[in-house]
Amino acid sequence: MENAWLIPLFPLLSFLVLLIAGRRLREASAYAGILLTLASLAMSVYMLAERFTKPTFKSESVWLTIGDLKLTAGFEVNQLNALMLVIVSLVSFLVHIYSRGYMHGDERFPVFYAYLGLFTFAMLGLVLSPNLLQTYIFWELVGLGSFLLIGFYFYKESAKHAAQKAFIMTRIGDVGLLIGMILLFWQTGSFEYDEIFASVKEGAVSETMITLTAILIFIGAVGKSGQFPLHTWLPDAMEGPTPVSALIHAATMVAAGVYLVAATFPLFAASETALMTVSVIGAFTAIFAASIGIVQKDIKRVLAYSTVSQLGYMMLALGSAGYVAGVFHLMTHAFFKALLFLAAGSVIHAVHTQDIEKMGGLWKKLRFTAPLFLIGTLAISGVPLFSGFFSKDEILVAAWVHGNKALFWLAVTAAFFTAFYMFRLFFMVFAGEARTHMKNVHESPGSMIFPMAVLGVLAIASGYINTPWFGTFLGDWLVEGNSALGHGHVEGPAWIMIVATLVSLSGILLAYLIYVKRSISRDWLISRAPLTYNVLRNKYYIDEFYGMTFVYGAKAVSLFLRFIETFLVEGLVKTVTVFVQTLGKTGSKIQSGQVQTYGAIAFVGLAVLMVIFALTGGYL
Amino acid sequence: MSNVPVSAFLALALILFCIGLYGALSKRNTVIVLISIELMLNAVNINLVTFSKYGPAPSINGQIFALFAIAIAAAEAAIGLAILIALYNNRKTVNIDEMDQLKH
Repeated sequence: MENAWLIPLFPLLSFLVLLIAGRRLREASAYAGILLTLASLAMSVYMLAERFTKPTFKSESVWLTIGDLKLTAGFEVNQLNALMLVIVSLVSFLVHIYSRGYMHGDERFPVFYAYLGLFTFAMLGLVLSPNLLQTYIFWELVGLGSFLLIGFYFYKESAKHAAQKAFIMTRIGDVGLLIGMILLFWQTGSFEYDEIFASVKEGAVSETMITLTAILIFIGAVGKSGQFPLHTWLPDAMEGPTPVSALIHAATMVAAGVYLVAATFPLFAASETALMTVSVIGAFTAIFAASIGIVQKDIKRVLAYSTVSQLGYMMLALGSAGYVAGVFHLMTHAFFKALLFLAAGSVIHAVHTQDIEKMGGLWKKLRFTAPLFLIGTLAISGVPLFSGFFSKDEILVAAWVHGNKALFWLAVTAAFFTAFYMFRLFFMVFAGEARTHMKNVHESPGSMIFPMAVLGVLAIASGYINTPWFGTFLGDWLVEGNSALGHGHVEGPAWIMIVATLVSLSGILLAYLIYVKRSISRDWLISRAPLTYNVLRNKYYIDEFYGMTFVYGAKAVSLFLRFIETFLVEGLVKTVTVFVQTLGKTGSKIQSGQVQTYGAIAFVGLAVLMVIFALTGGYL
Repeated sequence: MSNVPVSAFLALALILFCIGLYGALSKRNTVIVLISIELMLNAVNINLVTFSKYGPAPSINGQIFALFAIAIAAAEAAIGLAILIALYNNRKTVNIDEMDQLKH
């Protein structure tokens, strides 16, 4: 495990190579990216395998010395980090392969791969960080990678705005994280996770300070993971190329917020209020985003809202002290959501539209994509035997056992919505007849099918490493040797599993009745409750609300400041310049070039001096 | 030795200086201006010699200074005339009003 620091360096190398030689390599850039991420993946898997038998490895050296203060940098391989390494490098590797088909023919193909390398580097660096400062550095780098990739089609106005929005919205959260970090440093004198946890355990930090810092760190996670109220950037981020949506905005970066809360979990666990905040925000986001997802018409936006909603689930799990449940769902979600996004990309690749109203009847035409999409949909809907079922069940159990029954029922309702809108999406895209004439619909190339197939297998199989039926291997392993993280498995009543199954099946049934059998009119909601429909369709007018308040507020302030700038500051500067200019002009007029005039003036001056001298009779 | 008072020497020097100054500041012909400057130099020389003879501390220094001034005035006249000729070759004029290249 001593060589774990090499893992992030491979993608960095890929980034550098493609930056320098990308122009010459053209589409061969893909191979450089794929091979180097494969190296990362191989090492990550090795690290994970090694971590099963060996204890946590941590290596650090002094990075900066400021006065008496020593800042360290290094890396740590604990259970969570090892797991994250594999998830990130695996999804990144698959996305690298997939992009070869998806981005084929793009003019800036090598640039795309270079950005992918940069992002993967940052994300792997983030999960290896042993202290908050290093985490923060990579945290920002990840944001940069996301910004570059969302704005990849920067000549499109909407993509440009989406990139800026994503950057600014996540920055708002980052400020919270930064303040929390500084407060923690002030209180404990260290950025190191274990030292912070140790002083929290000793009680060296006051109760309110723990709550405050935990909530501030959570604000950072809210920004990155698209939780309410900073979620609005994530659906807009779908302007980026679809492989990017799969990698960054489904599997890895947005999960960084959840990861951060998980990595600082002992801090949260020490404060009931902080846990409460996390679970309430998580549960609210889960249901809130799910309800928006019901009426969206863009295939990627539906998936984006489902991502927001699922991230809310993970937060709910963590907030309900379900450390294992949250991390477990993070893993399964990474697999099935990446699968869904890649499959959606394959659909978009085939039909050249993102509007699900225009699709339909693709089941027969896309022989591989359609079943894989179905696997992903079943997994996210929580249908038994798929991975999402087990992880969602863990979360529901955690929410129930932790005591807040209202949050539990919110989560159940969100699960119903999830099953409904995911199958609405599935039926509208794949079932029935084509709603518009589509020519040249063709299955995607093998380079795109292969990653989906791998993720499809994982979307089914990854659930079985932590089940109440066969054993909670993942859970037991995750909390091994660290009592602060809670139990590996929380026993809950058996009926929760039955309720979860019933709820997801009824969601699917409802979608089936509306969109396939058509025994319930599609316009039911629109005709019965046009107001509700409009509110949902317009995403609760959150964007408009921000536009009216924060954007206008900022504009008003900037207008006021501009007024001061133009009239006060510039006026002052202008006065000074005009004065100096006039003085200079007058002076230059005296400079006539007539030596005789100069002589005369000199003489008159001398005469005046002499008169003064004579009158005063000596030196003054 | 002589009954000419010191003030007469000084008055002569003053008159000579004023004439020179007047010429240097008012004449339009550059050659005349140069000549006027020579007058002013000579006025200074008279002053130097006067004070070296009748000053409160008579010594030979003043007369040596005067000799130096004459030598330098000769060199200055030679250079001044040379510049003037070069200027005339270039600009076909000796009118001092037109020689205002030094202005901004």
